[in-house]
Amino acid sequence: MSLSLILIAIGLAAASGLPGLGLSRSSVWGQRLSAGFMALAAILGLSGAAAGLFTQHNPIINFPWQAAGHSFVGLDALSAFFLFPIFLMGGLGAIYSLGYWSQRQYPHNGRKLRLFWGLLTAGMALLVISRHAMAFLFGWEVMALAAFFLVVTEDEKPECCQAGWIYLIATHIGTLTLFGMFALWRWVTGSYTLTPVAHDAISLPVMNIMFLMALVGFGLKAGLMPLHFWLPGAHANAPSHVSAMLSGVVLKMGIYGLVRFLWLLSDPPAVWGGLILLLGAVSGLLGVVFAIGQHDLKRLLAYHSVENIGIILMGLGLAMLGRSLDRPEWVVLGLAGCLLHVWNHSLFKSLLFLCAGSVVHSTHTRRIDQLGGLAKTMPWTAAMFLVGAIAICGLPPLNGFISELFVYLGLMGAMTSNGLAGSAVVIVAPVLAMIGALAVACFVKVYGVVFLGSPRTASAMHSSEAPASMRWPMGVLAVCCAVIGIVPIVLTPILDSAIAVWMLDSDIMSPSVCMAAPLEAVSVLAIVLIALFAVLSLVLRLRHYPLRSTVTWDCGYAAPTSRIQYTASSLAQMIVTLFNWVLRPGMHRPHIEGVFPHAAQMHSHVDDAVLDKLLLPFGSRIEKWFGWFRRFQHGMIQQYVLYILIAVILMLSTLIPFEEFITRLFAR
Amino acid sequence: MTNLLNAVLVLLLVMNLAALGTSRILAVTHIVAAQGVLLGLIPLLVHEHLSITVALTVIAAVFIKAVVIPAIIIRALRDAQIKREVQPLIGLLPSIILGAIATAFALLFAGQLPLAEDHEGTLIVPTAISTVFVGFIFLVTRYKAISQVIGYLILENGIFIFGMLLIEAMPLVVELGVLLDLFVGIFVACIIINHINQAFSSMDTRKLVSLKE
Repeated sequence: MSLSLILIAIGLAAASGLPGLGLSRSSVWGQRLSAGFMALAAILGLSGAAAGLFTQHNPIINFPWQAAGHSFVGLDALSAFFLFPIFLMGGLGAIYSLGYWSQRQYPHNGRKLRLFWGLLTAGMALLVISRHAMAFLFGWEVMALAAFFLVVTEDEKPECCQAGWIYLIATHIGTLTLFGMFALWRWVTGSYTLTPVAHDAISLPVMNIMFLMALVGFGLKAGLMPLHFWLPGAHANAPSHVSAMLSGVVLKMGIYGLVRFLWLLSDPPAVWGGLILLLGAVSGLLGVVFAIGQHDLKRLLAYHSVENIGIILMGLGLAMLGRSLDRPEWVVLGLAGCLLHVWNHSLFKSLLFLCAGSVVHSTHTRRIDQLGGLAKTMPWTAAMFLVGAIAICGLPPLNGFISELFVYLGLMGAMTSNGLAGSAVVIVAPVLAMIGALAVACFVKVYGVVFLGSPRTASAMHSSEAPASMRWPMGVLAVCCAVIGIVPIVLTPILDSAIAVWMLDSDIMSPSVCMAAPLEAVSVLAIVLIALFAVLSLVLRLRHYPLRSTVTWDCGYAAPTSRIQYTASSLAQMIVTLFNWVLRPGMHRPHIEGVFPHAAQMHSHVDDAVLDKLLLPFGSRIEKWFGWFRRFQHGMIQQYVLYILIAVILMLSTLIPFEEFITRLFAR
Repeated sequence: MTNLLNAVLVLLLVMNLAALGTSRILAVTHIVAAQGVLLGLIPLLVHEHLSITVALTVIAAVFIKAVVIPAIIIRALRDAQIKREVQPLIGLLPSIILGAIATAFALLFAGQLPLAEDHEGTLIVPTAISTVFVGFIFLVTRYKAISQVIGYLILENGIFIFGMLLIEAMPLVVELGVLLDLFVGIFVACIIINHINQAFSSMDTRKLVSLKE
């Protein structure tokens, strides 16, 4: 029942863009139908997933096809858990795009956008419920290709195309690795069916190779730090609700793949957990540091995705360590942190991207330094962005705090143990704290420069609030953030059933999440905080200060202009200098001399460490080497035939026993 | 029987070298047409009893190779008004020598092959390989597009000779399919030659280099 609901939802989502293709470009019915289909798919899918969370028997559907094996798609609590963000965001994004990317405004690419939006949702849902390598890879490729077409929605812009190609290359490298991994899986287990194997079924070296392949394949999708290079460009250049989907949900498919793959192998070496923990810490720290250096609103949010993936992986790493060392309480806390952060990140990051979208929609720029003072013209968006920012920084009373709390508690528990795990955790725990602090610094910068102060340009001055179809999805996401943050206890059964699936050994009774973490105390704390805030603001309002309106930054000048405000670079400068060794910011300083110098300007930029400093130079080097081969490709038909002739003669020559021939010659 | 077959095959080898050494395209076309007639004789000599399949193949092959295709080529020659191959990549004498070397290599190579007993004493395999090589040499060393069509035709003749070994085993459809391919290929090539002639006011394939990306 629950599985058929989900399958119907997948079909609806995949078909949602089709009616629009049949209608004319100027017709608004295509987008309305598509949003309606997607909303229906979301309701069906979410109810199916909710039912799937709590069913005891896990439904499985076979296809009457030899190649598909005896289980093709199925549903368990872990799949259902990941289905929630997919369908929620699929529905909300489709509604958001009614206002953000309306058919009237974008007649030439609106239909394409809606078609691939539905396909992306359908592909991800299929991937999550697959129980067979073929279904998994099919869903994976539908997702990857649909996401590519969504990134290049504005294919007339060269930077969109470039970002799209980089994404396509990255995702196909990942897919290739996954193909290899599943082939290896088939080789060692004898089937493509994805069911857990006994711990002694696979030898350790093969397991290690499979793990590394999974780490590369899924890590490329998830945006793990050295493999994140496709991410900032693709997120920045896609339409904003697509960025929200990419960042909030598509990246999580990499995490899902990793969690699902590790579920298949019951007895992992402890090194795996340590490696994931370490990679998570590196991603988290470098992600937030690179985010601080950005001047592009959406690029900055994209780097925060790298950071949050890092936090998710830290939770997963801890759970892995717990599994290897038989510490169920680590598994519970680590996996609860990992899974809950998957949800949380998909909520608040989508919220932030949708807010960024309404900023871009209204001001037509993503450059932070050209905005300012938007809180006055776009109060709803500003409030929603504030909610998202508090949540992403991991501050109470919102949801980011809960999942980070799980990871913290788990790390603290693990720190007391001896050996490899203890020493790994001692390095990692302070990093998590540092990530939180840097995220706060980064969002102070963004919120301060974009929404506070006074407008820096005319477009920021004349901005206006987004239409209702864009505000509602943001509101829904913000309410979800708040509910999880204030009453986390409601999530206990959901998390417990998802963790129970992953535990495999049902004989070990895993402690419940609410036993492992003080969730009631968190609720009380959140309510106290909110009450305190309410009382404070009430008191301030009742006191009736005389209202005086002035610019935010006047720096003691009598006639200040908006240009003397702090800029994004200046707010971030201290931290950027601190992390100079990894960021390597490019500075273009002006040459100022004389008493009355001429007008001058400076700008700085932080390039991506992997893409701009490593892959692009390496790629152009390779291109130069291979350029030598172009002399063989000169367009002369005769010489092409000659190549064939040479190849034929060489192949025939191998049949002639020359040695025997020569000895016979000399013997005579 | 074998002696007669070998005599025909040697004649074919000589025709290969003659084709390499001739500068007039019309003459080369005639040589290739004659080669087509000789090819038609081979199945009659290889197989004592004449089956319907073999007879059909022979008729179709002779008709296409000796009548239809030379007619198309001659027509293309007349339309494009060309008579001789101007400056081949290497001279006529060197190309004959190359052809001779290729024939020697083919004889040497065929000696190494584990053939069925029926085919031990005949020259079928070396002739086939040598004809293929000559076709290749034609393709590589001539610049005129029409000469390349002829090269392709010689190459196909070589493959046809090889097919004689298997004519009993191979279904008629395959043989006819190959002939149809050849016919369509040359038909299209001759049309294209006309277009090349109009577009580049020459049939020199070196001009096509400008089409390279």
